[in-house]
Amino acid sequence: MKRAAIGLGVIVLAGAGAAYALTAPQPVDAARLSAIAALDGNAAAGETVSWAGGCASCHAAPGSEGEARLTLSGGVRLESDFGAFVGPNISPHPEAGIGGWDVRDFANAMLAGVSPGGSHYYPAFPYGSYTRMSDQDIADLFAFLNTLPESEVASLPHEIGFPFNIRRSLGGWKLMFFTDEPRVALSDPDEQLARGQYLVEGPGHCGECHTPRNAIGGFVGGQWLAGAQNPDGDGVIPNITPDSSSMGDWSASDIAYYLESGFTPDFDSVGGSMVDVQKNMAELTASDREAIAAYLKAVPGRPNGWE
Amino acid sequence: MKLRILFAAAMIGAAGAAPAAAEPQEVRQETMKKVGGATGAMAKMVKGEADFDADAVMAALTTMSEAADGFGDLFPEGSETGFKTEAAPAIWSDRAGFEAAIMQFKSDVDAGIAAAPADLDGLKAVFGPITKNCGACHEDYRQKNS
Repeated sequence: MKRAAIGLGVIVLAGAGAAYALTAPQPVDAARLSAIAALDGNAAAGETVSWAGGCASCHAAPGSEGEARLTLSGGVRLESDFGAFVGPNISPHPEAGIGGWDVRDFANAMLAGVSPGGSHYYPAFPYGSYTRMSDQDIADLFAFLNTLPESEVASLPHEIGFPFNIRRSLGGWKLMFFTDEPRVALSDPDEQLARGQYLVEGPGHCGECHTPRNAIGGFVGGQWLAGAQNPDGDGVIPNITPDSSSMGDWSASDIAYYLESGFTPDFDSVGGSMVDVQKNMAELTASDREAIAAYLKAVPGRPNGWE
Repeated sequence: MKLRILFAAAMIGAAGAAPAAAEPQEVRQETMKKVGGATGAMAKMVKGEADFDADAVMAALTTMSEAADGFGDLFPEGSETGFKTEAAPAIWSDRAGFEAAIMQFKSDVDAGIAAAPADLDGLKAVFGPITKNCGACHEDYRQKNS
């Protein structure tokens, strides 16, 4: 009996130990970090990456317009089922922002969701998409962010309830849902389609809102881009696969024009949180918008049952 | 001539057959469709898909200006839901902001009418500021429900 109890205790401890080890934050491997650190970051190219990634949408001060969008002082609240996430200061201020980081710290944040202090970030910061970004884009974006104005506004804490406020638990989330694999398999994509896949699945992080999630915040299988409840408020986010009832019949050039102008083929306009996204997309090159459109026409149609 | 009269008679007949008192949700959707049509007429010129037509531009701007008149009245209490409305709750919780957004649209459109664009560059100069209102208002005051 005593032996059984000891045995059970050992198993429980081993299990806890294994869980602890498995949920440990895993930074980017050292060889890739060195490769990124060896690159020459091009700030001008990084500006385009910042539009693709929509950094200002969560990191500029709420309601800011024009030049003020370049001061990434944080403060935008993302309301969710888990509580409110508040975008932090990522301006180059040495204390309030990320001015004390080097490009390895930045790569760990973007590609692995790990902070310089070695803890997990919440996936409200969409590293689940950014993890697909190229080394050069990471280096360029970091160079660009370092050219922006400093802000000394302190980052606000997230307002997240138990148990999701235990950062270590995010290691479990990562075990289940964090992957850098392609979201869809495209047979023999040409250069444009590959670029579209990169932009949508990587920096553009379109799926973060357009794909439905389960109760613990992972994507529902087989529903990539099929539309979802708005994660940040009322209403819904539309299906953007070819089976969409709102835009399934749009041509690739209709999609590209929408991203450029905010107009649908009927000259209805963009609305909701997509207004800000569309403004970001309007800053990309025409060929990048066309690549996104080509990808959205190429992904498998996914009826979602409610649209 | 005969054909034209027949066509006119058919149009009147169609109008007469339409429901007399439509719900506000339907009226405002129709109004927005007219604005969309006016936007499209000008956007096609801006895109180079249609030739610049000063009269058509003024007609489109007038459609927009008339649509803005009393537009807020089409959102009475009790019309928050139903008839596939995409009106966001913010219209009723932030009525002053909503009315201000309509006024901004109206004032940009009326500035366009006063400018009376005489060529494509003139149209482009007013089209941008006017259509900025579309997304600005829909960002807060419209939501997709299905």
